[in-house]
Amino acid sequence: MKMLINVAENVVADALRGFAAAHPELTVDVERRVIVRRGAPYEGKVGLVSGGGSGHEPLHGGFVGKGMLDAACPGEVFTSPVPDQMVRAAAAVDSGAGVLFIVKNYTGDVLNFQMAAELAEDEGVQVVSVLVDDDVAVTDSLYTAGRRGTGATLFVEKIAGAAAEEGAPLDKVAALARQVNSASRTFGVALSACSTPAKGGPTFDLPDGELELGVGIHGEPGRERRAMMTSGEIADVTVEAVVSDLNPDGPVLVLVNGMGATPLLELYGFNAEVQRALAERRIPVARTLVGNYVTSLDMAGASVTICQADEELLRLYDAPVSTPGLRWGC
Amino acid sequence: MRTTGERTTRTAMNATPDPEAPVDAAFLRRWLESATAAVEREAPRLTELDSPIGDADHGTNMRRGFLAARTAVEQEPPPTPGGVLVLIGRTLISTVGGASGPLYGTLLRRAGKELGEEQAVSAARLRDALRAGVDGVATLGGAVPGDKTMLDALLPAVDALTGALDAGGGAADALAAAAAAADEGAAATVPMRARKGRASYLGERSIGHQDPGATSSALLVTALADTARGDG
Repeated sequence: MKMLINVAENVVADALRGFAAAHPELTVDVERRVIVRRGAPYEGKVGLVSGGGSGHEPLHGGFVGKGMLDAACPGEVFTSPVPDQMVRAAAAVDSGAGVLFIVKNYTGDVLNFQMAAELAEDEGVQVVSVLVDDDVAVTDSLYTAGRRGTGATLFVEKIAGAAAEEGAPLDKVAALARQVNSASRTFGVALSACSTPAKGGPTFDLPDGELELGVGIHGEPGRERRAMMTSGEIADVTVEAVVSDLNPDGPVLVLVNGMGATPLLELYGFNAEVQRALAERRIPVARTLVGNYVTSLDMAGASVTICQADEELLRLYDAPVSTPGLRWGC
Repeated sequence: MRTTGERTTRTAMNATPDPEAPVDAAFLRRWLESATAAVEREAPRLTELDSPIGDADHGTNMRRGFLAARTAVEQEPPPTPGGVLVLIGRTLISTVGGASGPLYGTLLRRAGKELGEEQAVSAARLRDALRAGVDGVATLGGAVPGDKTMLDALLPAVDALTGALDAGGGAADALAAAAAAADEGAAATVPMRARKGRASYLGERSIGHQDPGATSSALLVTALADTARGDG
């Protein structure tokens, strides 16, 4: 498998050096792997820290900036960051108003953020952690590590970030983050497996003519494999999976998210089908975002995230944001 | 200079092994050498096992962690066996990431703390320390036997170690029994359905694959047996 890299061991460091060069408005510590918003800590503002394995770009580093995250901690590819990174990030963004950790629900992320929270509190930083677990493809939470954190992470980071930017206190920002998570559901499909640099090839076999339903964002296979479907059929399955679990009774935010290797042309076409499937269910759409935001390296496919949004969430979603990966109103 | 010192210690150890307290800092440094070599050698296999039911990085992550641990211990060798384990555990937590970092880090840190400040301990004390470490892993990860995790290799290993020591076996034989049990435990994960970690998302489809974490756990226990036998 051809990749635009030097050596597999250095892909994260190389990417961070390039990211730093492209974004002088952020402070990038390539060696310690912490990306911090320039000027942090901001007086009286709650600091937002997230992180996770690399390979999901622009998540999370691309969401550092005004109105979203104060710091991000990239791990190795598909591997959670280590506690030292989050401790450093928390210290860098804490103004005294406390720090919110936004953690996607994967065993590794949960354990490392948990250790980091304890260490940061030893250093006098008040930390509250919020778990994102929006993936409805995980059905029997009793016998698994629980629902995974995927597309809803963008909504959580955007909306909590806007609240923190307005000066909301830590408990309020955390409550909003939890509200967004519990109001959000995601379902993803893969048309191809992704290839990690360490492996140098696909992490699982997905034959031509088949697709994987309920796929995660780490090259892990989903729960069901079917013969390839049309965009409209995929939208029906995806929207049904999300809506039957969420049962929204008001306007929703929609994220049609590319997994990394699906062209925007296809994503927009897919979005048309998603909007049709939502309209058939009489679900009003307040805002729609289409693009590659929570990716899985070079996986082809898409996920749909729906978040039921009250007026307050909508207002915070619309608030100005200026980050490498998301920018409006600034 | 340090190498010379280590060689001297090793010779002394091999010449007059104290049957009552064979586990000292030098013993665990030799174990680290052996474990690091095993992890390096088996890294591609660990990553391969992690592909169908994980995310194809277990070998890479373990290799990075053990190389860093070896460097840390070489740079400032702790004088006690407990100190060696605590330093390795801390280094794994800081370098591995994923679930393996905190879990293996906790295993070794907890075991090291259990050994306290003693200069040399018996195999039974090492067994107690490993038991405490494995309990720490179970508490942190929330897994139980049969969940297709590293516990499925570690728990049988500690049980076998206990059985062999209770039966009056020497340290080397008891650790060999532990290694065999760990290997069997890892192999026994093949028909299990994963209930923890990333493999759990596969449900039934996790059946038929050996758990990478149980496999690396067995490697570490085997390195312990090799070290006790003197060819680690």
